[in-house]
Amino acid sequence: MAQPEAGMTAQAALGRNWDVAVIGGGVVGCAVARRFALEGAAVILLERAPDILAGASKGNSAILHTGFDAPPGSLELRCMQTGYREYLEIRERLNLPLLETGAAVVAWSDEDEAKLDGILAQAHENDVSDARRIGRDELLAREPNLAPQARAAVLVPGEHLIDPWSAPLAYISQALAEGAACLRNAPVTAGSFDGASWRLETPRGRITAGHVVNCAGLHGDELERSLLGECDFEIRPRKGQFVVFDKAAAALLRTIILPVPTERSKGVVICRTIFGNVLVGPTAEEQPERDRANLDRRMLEELHASALRMIPGLAPIPVTATYAGLRPATERKEYRIGVKERNWISVGGIRSTGLTAALGIAQHVVALYDGAKTATRAEPQWPRMPNLADHLPRDWQQPGHGEIVCHCELVTRREIEQALTGPLPAGDPGGLKRRTRAGMGRCQGFYCSAHVAAISAGRLHG
Amino acid sequence: MAETSACDVAIIGGGPSGLAAAMALREAGVAQVVVLEREKQAGGIPRHCGHPPFGLREFGRILSGPRYAARLVETAERAGIDIRRQHTVVALHPGGSLDLATPDGTATLQARRVILATGVRETPRSARFIGGDRPQGVINTGALQAFTYLEKQRPFARPVIIGSELVAFSALLTCRKAGMQPVAMVEANDRVTAWSPYALAPRLFGVPLLLETELIEICGSGQVGRVRLRRDNTEVLLDCDGVILTGRFVPAAELVRSSHLALDVGSGGPVVDQHGRCSDAAYFATGNLLRPVETAGWSWREGRRVGAVVAQDLAGDLPAPDRVLSIERGAHVKLTVPQRLALPRLGTGLGDFIQLRASDKAGGMISISCGDRVIWRGWRNTLPERRILIPLADLALPEGADSIRVSIED
Ligand SMILES: Cc1cc2nc3c(=O)[nH]c(=O)nc-3n(C[C@H](O)[C@H](O)[C@H](O)COP(=O)(O)OP(=O)(O)OC[C@H]3O[C@@H](n4cnc5c(N)ncnc54)[C@H](O)[C@@H]3O)c2cc1C
Ligand SMILES: Cc1cc2nc3c(=O)[nH]c(=O)nc-3n(C[C@H](O)[C@H](O)[C@H](O)COP(=O)(O)OP(=O)(O)OC[C@H]3O[C@@H](n4cnc5c(N)ncnc54)[C@H](O)[C@@H]3O)c2cc1C
Repeated sequence: MAQPEAGMTAQAALGRNWDVAVIGGGVVGCAVARRFALEGAAVILLERAPDILAGASKGNSAILHTGFDAPPGSLELRCMQTGYREYLEIRERLNLPLLETGAAVVAWSDEDEAKLDGILAQAHENDVSDARRIGRDELLAREPNLAPQARAAVLVPGEHLIDPWSAPLAYISQALAEGAACLRNAPVTAGSFDGASWRLETPRGRITAGHVVNCAGLHGDELERSLLGECDFEIRPRKGQFVVFDKAAAALLRTIILPVPTERSKGVVICRTIFGNVLVGPTAEEQPERDRANLDRRMLEELHASALRMIPGLAPIPVTATYAGLRPATERKEYRIGVKERNWISVGGIRSTGLTAALGIAQHVVALYDGAKTATRAEPQWPRMPNLADHLPRDWQQPGHGEIVCHCELVTRREIEQALTGPLPAGDPGGLKRRTRAGMGRCQGFYCSAHVAAISAGRLHG
Repeated sequence: MAETSACDVAIIGGGPSGLAAAMALREAGVAQVVVLEREKQAGGIPRHCGHPPFGLREFGRILSGPRYAARLVETAERAGIDIRRQHTVVALHPGGSLDLATPDGTATLQARRVILATGVRETPRSARFIGGDRPQGVINTGALQAFTYLEKQRPFARPVIIGSELVAFSALLTCRKAGMQPVAMVEANDRVTAWSPYALAPRLFGVPLLLETELIEICGSGQVGRVRLRRDNTEVLLDCDGVILTGRFVPAAELVRSSHLALDVGSGGPVVDQHGRCSDAAYFATGNLLRPVETAGWSWREGRRVGAVVAQDLAGDLPAPDRVLSIERGAHVKLTVPQRLALPRLGTGLGDFIQLRASDKAGGMISISCGDRVIWRGWRNTLPERRILIPLADLALPEGADSIRVSIED
């Protein structure tokens, strides 16, 4: 059955010769597709799951990083900083939120404190010139609920919080508005290159495109091995678990609290979310599975305890959610972006900064591209995303929203209807949650899950 | 522009307790009583408890939950109570001023008195720190009942039921009625939490009852596929397509938590005195918001009493107390309601007793002390989740004391 497809019908997408096929609808793939569409290339995004954001981009900390702690001179740093700037430049036109919080790298011990100067020096080297060291008094004046053991900190005013799902949705929505297509339930399983174009096999049919950009995240190496015969990086998934506190917690904290990092990870962060909660996480656990981000009671309890150690006032506040995400890490630290033979660009190993860097990565990738561009574009369209940020006006405050369906997150019938229609409707229950937050609040669907299921019955298909 | 209106008493929540309070206020002659209910239908939790017994105390007959809820609503509306459906209270302000969300946008309401009656819900998977995957099909009893009774849907066919409080047996009945066959009922303790006759129910329905068994992990991508259980240090996998997490009730106290009102750590509800009066005297609370968890009949009766007290208060018959004595939780006491006594007057809204729950299995001897002096001792059934009552009239409250402590002896 031909389902209405994002941008155009599946039939039309299959019959066409695309300039570029982007494989993988994570935040990076969405941003890359957008950039190609804005540059006038005919681009199609292929996603294996029923909806976009099914992989690493499903669960992260949602911090817009300045790059203060990234390796100096690295491609990662460059992409983060161009990505950061572009996000700020375009966000208002796409109606994407920003919660300006700043971050503090807090020292809790002598050992930590000894590292602060090095952290500050690196921040300055990375052009994050407003980073500065603050003493205990200033730290506690800024964050009075922080445990008194806090010693000192490096304050990074430019670190902010964003909506991790609306941002990529906005990128792909703008691409669609500019003539791109998005095919979901379309895992690329095989492909061949005839010297001029790729034929990519998916269960939904064959896609023909001049160039391929591999943005398959946690499956990037597998994809590349099966289509190119080899791959110069190896994905080593690294899990991060999180505990989310109820909204009352948000009053206890302004700044993103970062630990002094260790060799292996950035460590456990405690920060607000754009939706008005507080989260603590992520852990850093290597594992072989690429698709399973399972939760572990002991780790969750440890995270919870560490949050209470940093902010004792969290103790009486209930837990709203627990989740885990997988970082598409590789055997090395750096991004693995490069042009391969046969009109193939790989974007691999976008490990723990991809939400920030996606727009920068997209600029970098388009600069690497030497293929055709079908059309040049006039002033692009700017589709506006529904706002889910807690600090900005929400739909429930506007008349005519129908009804409030999810009481905890105050999600309206109108918002749910909107997410089930439009150019890229929700493809599965998770996609509906990410687009609306229905069921993501403190009761986790106690009151609304049956109602949401009834409204969306038979209407979720990628 | 937000619309502002005023009333004598605003009741937040149109469940058994809120509606009972409204009736009592009307009967006492209070003119403008408004019930604010966020759902399309009033009636509260019983709306989706498609089983008896409800209504014995209220209507002298046994009704199913939905019929009972409908009766409550009809009775209230016939008495001229203004039930405003799809009116969600989003914030409480000092002195009884409320922020509302309505289908027409935001509004405010100024009430002389407010009664909070927002009920309880069950603890979700997240707050229990249950490990494993996060597939579809992990829900509480409340959601299960909404699926089957309100939406006529079956979220799964072969669920496992976690927990053995009374509500777990409602889950069992709900499954049976809707054609779902539970694969097991799993309880971490060595006995069923509900009264023992219920322990027979699973066997009656051919559902294995697994005691001293812990849920370790939920497995499945997309839909639940199985659960990993631990019993006697051995792990077993149990195939199922859903998980019903029952009980572990918590008061729906978000409004209180984010307001100026004091919240009680033990009960999880607002701090109240024996009249149901909160830390801001314009606010009262009733029903299961006060504590996890009581029956509909109990909540209804509590609502009637608190409604009557609020009517007295509006008439100037509930003077501010001379002094307030706090009730502290000692050993093995999970919660007390109330948490303070307004003196000298002992007449009450919540009933002539202190309600108590035990936090763990302890001996049955309860003692109340004031400083080093024991002022009351008595035996009660102190199993967890059982209602324990101590008559207020039995307490010889010493002059000048500012607190008493309730403990269960080892
Ligand atoms: C715990 C954690 C915390 C993080 N915190 C932050 C943060 O605070 N700030 C920040 O900037 N970044 C953060 N990140 C990093 C960020 O989330 C990732 O860098 C980013 O999501 C990677 O996106 P991606 O598009 O490369 O991969 P993915 O999101 O995995 O996208 C790949 C997509 O490709 C699809 N796919 C795979 N194989 C195929 C195929 N054969 N055919 C078609 N489609 C296929 C997958 O289904 C998937 O949707 C964090 C990450 C984690 C895990
Ligand atoms: C899953 C479940 C099953 C149960 N089964 C039984 C049973 O079989 N028998 C029994 O006797 N008891 C049962 N109970 C106990 C139940 O709590 C009581 O029966 C009774 O419903 C308590 O009445 P109440 O008025 O305190 O709260 P509720 O009935 O919960 O009513 C609260 C009302 O407040 C409304 N509300 C909440 N917040 C707001 C807001 N911000 N603004 C406006 N309105 C709001 C809600 O929509 C709801 O209608 C069950 C409880 C649960 C959770």
